[in-house]
Amino acid sequence: MATLQEIMAKEPALASGHRMCAGCGIGSIVRTVLAASDKPVIVANATGCLEVVTTIYPYSAWKVPWIHLTFENAAAVASGIETAYRALRKRGKIGKEVNIVAFGGDGGTYDIGFQALSGALERGHKFLYVVYDNEGYMNTGNQRSGATPYGASTTTVPAGTKSFGKPQWRKNIVEIVAAHRIPYAATAVNHNILDLYNKAKKAFAADGPSFIAALQPCTTNWKYDPALTMKYSKLAVETNFWPLYEFDHGKLHINYKPKNRKPIEEFLKGQGRFRHLFKPENKHVIETMQKMIDEEWERLLKLEESGAVL
Amino acid sequence: MSKWKSLTGAQAVAEAMRQINPDVVAAYPITPQTPIVEQFASFVANGIVDTEMIPVESEHSAMSCTIGASAAGARAMCATASQGLALMWEVVAAAPGLRLPIVMPIVNRALSAPINIHCDHSDSMGATTIGWIQIYSENAQEAYENMLLAIRLAEHKDVLLPVMVMQDGFIISHGVENVEIFDDDAVKKFVGERNPDRFLLDVDHPYTIGPLALPDYYFEIKRQQEEAMRNALKVYLEVGDELSKISGHKYPYFEEYKTEDAEAVIVVLSSTAGTAKDAVDELREEGKKVGLIKPILFRPFPYKEMREALKKFNVIGVLDRSMAFGAYAPLYSEIRNTLFELEKRPKLQSYIYGLGGKDIFKSDIKKVFEELLSGDVNPEEQRYIRLRG
Amino acid sequence: MSEKKGWKELMRGSDLPPASSLEYKTGSWRTLRPIWDPDKCTHCMFCVAYCPDMAIPVKVTEEGVKGFGGRVYKGTVRLETNFDYCKGCGICAEECPTHAIKMIREEEAAKASK
Repeated sequence: MATLQEIMAKEPALASGHRMCAGCGIGSIVRTVLAASDKPVIVANATGCLEVVTTIYPYSAWKVPWIHLTFENAAAVASGIETAYRALRKRGKIGKEVNIVAFGGDGGTYDIGFQALSGALERGHKFLYVVYDNEGYMNTGNQRSGATPYGASTTTVPAGTKSFGKPQWRKNIVEIVAAHRIPYAATAVNHNILDLYNKAKKAFAADGPSFIAALQPCTTNWKYDPALTMKYSKLAVETNFWPLYEFDHGKLHINYKPKNRKPIEEFLKGQGRFRHLFKPENKHVIETMQKMIDEEWERLLKLEESGAVL
Repeated sequence: MSKWKSLTGAQAVAEAMRQINPDVVAAYPITPQTPIVEQFASFVANGIVDTEMIPVESEHSAMSCTIGASAAGARAMCATASQGLALMWEVVAAAPGLRLPIVMPIVNRALSAPINIHCDHSDSMGATTIGWIQIYSENAQEAYENMLLAIRLAEHKDVLLPVMVMQDGFIISHGVENVEIFDDDAVKKFVGERNPDRFLLDVDHPYTIGPLALPDYYFEIKRQQEEAMRNALKVYLEVGDELSKISGHKYPYFEEYKTEDAEAVIVVLSSTAGTAKDAVDELREEGKKVGLIKPILFRPFPYKEMREALKKFNVIGVLDRSMAFGAYAPLYSEIRNTLFELEKRPKLQSYIYGLGGKDIFKSDIKKVFEELLSGDVNPEEQRYIRLRG
Repeated sequence: MSEKKGWKELMRGSDLPPASSLEYKTGSWRTLRPIWDPDKCTHCMFCVAYCPDMAIPVKVTEEGVKGFGGRVYKGTVRLETNFDYCKGCGICAEECPTHAIKMIREEEAAKASK
C-alpha cells in the first residue's frame, strides 16, 4: 500500500505554468491518477477545463504524450489509441507497454460524450476513463450538465423567482458505466488522495475498461473562496452527497461510511450556486435534496448488503 | 503478376485496403459504403489481413477512433458516405489541422433531407473547404488505384494531410466491373510502411497534439496547413508517376477525352464521365467536334493547369451532381474561377443532374452537347437535366 | 516569454513540446503568498498533493530534515514553495494539519524581503 510520501515522490505528469484557476481541484486528480501508473501513460483529453488550461498554444503543461480532439470523443480517441497500441505491438513495431487514460469533464462524459463512452466500454478496450466532475460546463461559465445536482443554479437553468435551479437530480454515471459489465468503476474525490490512488491502481490493473468519477469542487463556479476546495470535497463525502464506492467486477463495495452523516446544509452553505436555497421559499428544495440523498444512501447500503453483481 | 477480378467498386476499395493492410480500421455501416467494411471484415475474420478492426457505435466515433489511432502512430482508415460524413464532419474538419495522413473512401450519396440513399455529390461537396485532399474516381478500377495513390500522397512528409477517395454510390460501389488488381508484393513495396516522425506511442518522446490556439496563433497554424495543400499538387503527380510504373496507367489532375479539336466540351466528375465518353464517341461519329474533361483531383484544385486545358474551347458545359443552394454549383464555381484570369473566356453553362440518384442517360448528354454547340447558353442560368415540372 | 513565431517556424500541425508551460510564470497572478514554517511541518504531503500547480517541490532524503517538534523527517520532504508558479489560492494553508502555512498579502511579503 503506497503512502502519500511515496506517491508525492513521483514526478508529476503535469508541469506548473498551466492556467487552472487558483484553487482548482483538478490538479490533484491528474497528479494522483497518473502517479498510480507504473507504465508510461498516454492521455486522451476531451475539450473542457483541463484541456484548455493545460494547452494554450504555445504552452503545454503535459509531460506525457497527450491528445485532444473535440468535445465528445475522449473515449473514442482513447479507443483508437488502444487499438493502435494492440496492432503495433502485434506487428512488433513498439516494445514498451503503456497505460491509456481518457480525461473528460462531466459535460464531456455524462452528456455529449456519453455515446462514445458507452461504445468504448461495450467494446471492452483496456483504458481508464476519469471524469473530473465539477457538476457543470465550468470552462464556459457554469452551464447545466447531466451531472449538475438538484437545486443548483447554473446560467442555463438559473435560480429566479420562478425557478429554484435544476429540477432534476443528476445521472448516476458510475452505475450506468458499471452496467456495461466492465471490470472496475468507482467514485472518488480530489481530497482523498490515497483512495483515488488505490482506485487508479486497481483500474490500471483491470483487464478491460475502467472508470473513475472524481468529484472536483470548482471555486470559480460553485462560488466559494479558492482556499476551501478541499473543505468542500470533504463535506461532499461527509454528507453522503458524493459517496465513495467502487464496483469491482460488478460487485458494490462502499469505501467509506460516515459515522455521523452531516446534514446537506453543511455542504450547501457558502457555495454561491446554492445560496438561493437558503431563502425561506426554497426550504423544500433542501428537504427534497436531503430525502434524495438519504434514500440513495439506503439503496446503496442495500445493494452492497445483497452482494448482487451488476 | 496482376490478377483480373470481377469486383464492385466497394470490393475494389476493399482490395486496395487488403493490399495496404492498415494497422487499424474503424467500421460503421452506412449505405452504400457498408460493403467496403463488410468485405474488409471478412478479410480480417479469415486472417487475410491482420488489421485490428474497431466496430464503432457511430461515424463520429469512427473518425475519432481513426484519428486517435493515426496520432498514436498507426496507419488507420475508415469509410463513410452521406449522413455519416455529415455526422463526423466535426472531427473530419479537425483531422487536417492535426496533420494526420488518414485515407477515407467516400461512397457518394445524397444528403438528407429528405433521406435518400442514392448517388449524388452533395456529401463530399459539403467538405471542400476544411483541408482534406479530394480525389474522384470514375469506376472501380480508378477507385482501387486512387486508394493506393492516396495513401502515399497522405503520408508524404511535405503533405501529411488526410485524403478522401470518392466513388459514385450504387452506380460504381455496387456495379460489377473487371478490375485489374496489381501484384500484392509490388503494391506492398509501393505503399511501404508508415514512418511517422512523431507519434503518441513513442512514449520516450512525448509531445502534445491538439492544443487550444488563440487568435495570436490559430491563423499561423492554418497557413502552415495551406502550404501542405499546395505541396500536395506537386506530390500528387510525383506519387502518380511512381504508381504508373506498377499500373501502366497515368494519374493526371484531370482526364482530357477527345478535346484536341473540340468546339464544345463538358466538365463532369465520376461515373457520369464514363457515360459521357460514349456520348462523345457517338457524336464524333456524326462529325460533331465534342470532348470532355473529367476532374480527378478536386482538392487542391489545379486552377493553372485547368485553365491551360480549357482556354481553347468555345463553349463549356459543366455538369454538377450537387447544388450549392443559392450559389453557383460547386464544380461550376471552380470552372468559373479557373477562367477568370483569361482575357477571352469560353462561354459557360451550368447543368445540375442526378440529384438523389436520378439517372442520366447518353441521350441527356447528347442533348447537352447539342445545346452547347448551338450556342444556346446562359452562364447566369442553372439548368436541370431530367427535372420534372 | 519569447517572441511569437511566424507560421514557417512553428512545429507542424499545432504540436507542442512537453512541459512548455514552464515558460509561463503564473506566480504573477498572486495576491496572497503562503509563508511556510518548516519548524511546524510534519511533511505530511497534503499541501504537496493538493497544490493545483505542483508548486511545492519535494526531495527524497535519507538523512532527513528537522520539522515539527524538532523531530527529523526522512523520506519525501517538502521544500520551499516555488513562487514562480504559486497562484496564492491558499489551499495549502487551509489544509495544513499543523497550521505551518500562513497566507499574507503579497505586498507585505515584498516589503518584508526588502
